[in-house]
Amino acid sequence: MEILMILTVGVIVSVSTYLILTKSLLRVVLGLVMLAHGAHLLFLTMAGLKEGAPPLLGEYASSYADPLPQALILTAIVIGFGVTAFLLVLSYQTYKAHKTDDLDELRGSADE
Amino acid sequence: MNDIILLPVLIPFIVGVILILFKKNIQLQRFVSGLTSLSLVFVSIYMVYLIYQDGIMTVELGNWQAPFGIILVGDLFASIMVTLASIVAVACLFFAFQTLHPDREKYYFYPFYFFLLTGVNGSFLTGDMFNLFVFFEVMLLSSFVLIVMGRTKYQLRESFKYVVISIFGSMFFVIAIALLYSVTGTLNFAHLAERIGEVEQTGVLTVIAILFLIVFGIKGALVPLHFWLPNSYFGPPTAVAALLGGLLTKVGVYSIMRTYTLIFTHNQDFTLNIILILAGLTMFIGVIGAVSKFDFKKILAIHIISQVGYMIMGLGIFTQMAIAGAIYIIAHNMIVKTALFLYCGATEKVTGTTDLKKMSGLLKTHPQLGWLFFIAAISLAGIPPLSGFFAKFALVLGGLDAGNYFIVFVSLVVGLLTLFSMVKIFMYVFWGSPSLTPEQAKERKVGKLLLPGIPLIIISFLMGILAEPLFILLFEAADQMLDPSIYINSVLKE
Repeated sequence: MEILMILTVGVIVSVSTYLILTKSLLRVVLGLVMLAHGAHLLFLTMAGLKEGAPPLLGEYASSYADPLPQALILTAIVIGFGVTAFLLVLSYQTYKAHKTDDLDELRGSADE
Repeated sequence: MNDIILLPVLIPFIVGVILILFKKNIQLQRFVSGLTSLSLVFVSIYMVYLIYQDGIMTVELGNWQAPFGIILVGDLFASIMVTLASIVAVACLFFAFQTLHPDREKYYFYPFYFFLLTGVNGSFLTGDMFNLFVFFEVMLLSSFVLIVMGRTKYQLRESFKYVVISIFGSMFFVIAIALLYSVTGTLNFAHLAERIGEVEQTGVLTVIAILFLIVFGIKGALVPLHFWLPNSYFGPPTAVAALLGGLLTKVGVYSIMRTYTLIFTHNQDFTLNIILILAGLTMFIGVIGAVSKFDFKKILAIHIISQVGYMIMGLGIFTQMAIAGAIYIIAHNMIVKTALFLYCGATEKVTGTTDLKKMSGLLKTHPQLGWLFFIAAISLAGIPPLSGFFAKFALVLGGLDAGNYFIVFVSLVVGLLTLFSMVKIFMYVFWGSPSLTPEQAKERKVGKLLLPGIPLIIISFLMGILAEPLFILLFEAADQMLDPSIYINSVLKE
């Protein structure tokens, strides 16, 4: 199961790398969202996909699942959500101000 | 009494939230934020005093014991950084009162200013890796808003790049934390420091250490990850650029110093060498960029990069003298660089441009501005008795003692080039025949614009005069950093 997860993470990260390297504003944003998903999935896998009882008081089992990574991923997802919302608005504003979403045309030139 | 280390995080957070409610009332916002930021300075100075007296302070949030709950740790290094951050923040705030466009003030400048401070102070004081990530995000999101505020075409274009590279760095942060957690099974700094010695596969740990170096290097603008900085700091108004330039990169540097003195101490031959190489490159490429530019604000922005190199150099040498020197140069740089930015802003207000070739002769029309800038500039370049001299002196001394002659050589050459670029600004802006007509010069007074920078110049001067007692404090801080067991014992209470 771990191997499968790692492979999935690899695919997601490579897709996101491709998207980030494209010229369109929106695709770069989508690429970052994908990268965030890849990172979260990696976190889940890295902490170990253990079989075990939920770590609750009153449950008696020989092994428990580790709750920490899930709490951390939840935090990271929420942060990612906020950042993505900001990024979408920012790219829309950039598009409106520059009338283009081609990153080649958004290159910084010294005199302006 | 330990709870005092919560205040630098809580005060700006609560005040920021309250200020959102008074969006229209600028006068009230100014009054409250001025008072709050001044009180932060006093709280943090008192914190340094307490920690110097009683040793490291910790607060366990929600009463969860150390390795399990989130913990805030105030050691000397962290508290000194908090103090510096609040001093810089006050100066920028009082400059913003006078220069910021009312529209920007209405669109939540002050709340985001305080959220930025929350993130910065939180990053300095936290003792937990994931909590550091969270505070980084608080800081970055506020900096995104501040940097794009005003929405000029230039700002939108350049801040999009800044935002993308920052988020990319944050995702790497998550990945690095995931790998670190899988190897060690903990994220508490002290617990990590303890367990890192027990891990057998040190190769994996070295990879993780370098991943963290990349993450913090993006925030701290280390070469080759520095390219986003000059353009994105050029766009926003000077008060914001000074604030970000003074605080953001230093948080990256602080995190590198914290993790590499406390946690990743297993393979120092390799990691410290990489840090030294990066330090040399950062210094040199940064200063070359500054020499080549002809824009007041851009030169200052690129100088941030070169100064980051000096700080990292102190870490790379890794002796008591060098670490103390690194903390001293962080302090010196935050103070002096902010002062320079503020005088750049005052010059922009007078001449209406930051292009060096379009202005000259300001020394005749605005002599106070010229001489104050001159003092700050030679302090940055390292002329005694100002603070820059002692910063470089400690680093060079530490480097020579440790036998790292090449990096010392590079740092001295870079010091010379720094002096050159500062003199270049001074000659173009303040010498020559006045570019302003006498009527214009009379009309455009600087007067009160100079005030926020003056305390910074006085601090730089005092840091130079009182270098010896100051270094006693810094040696203490360096000792705390070089001996992780002090930190571990005070957090885990074993």
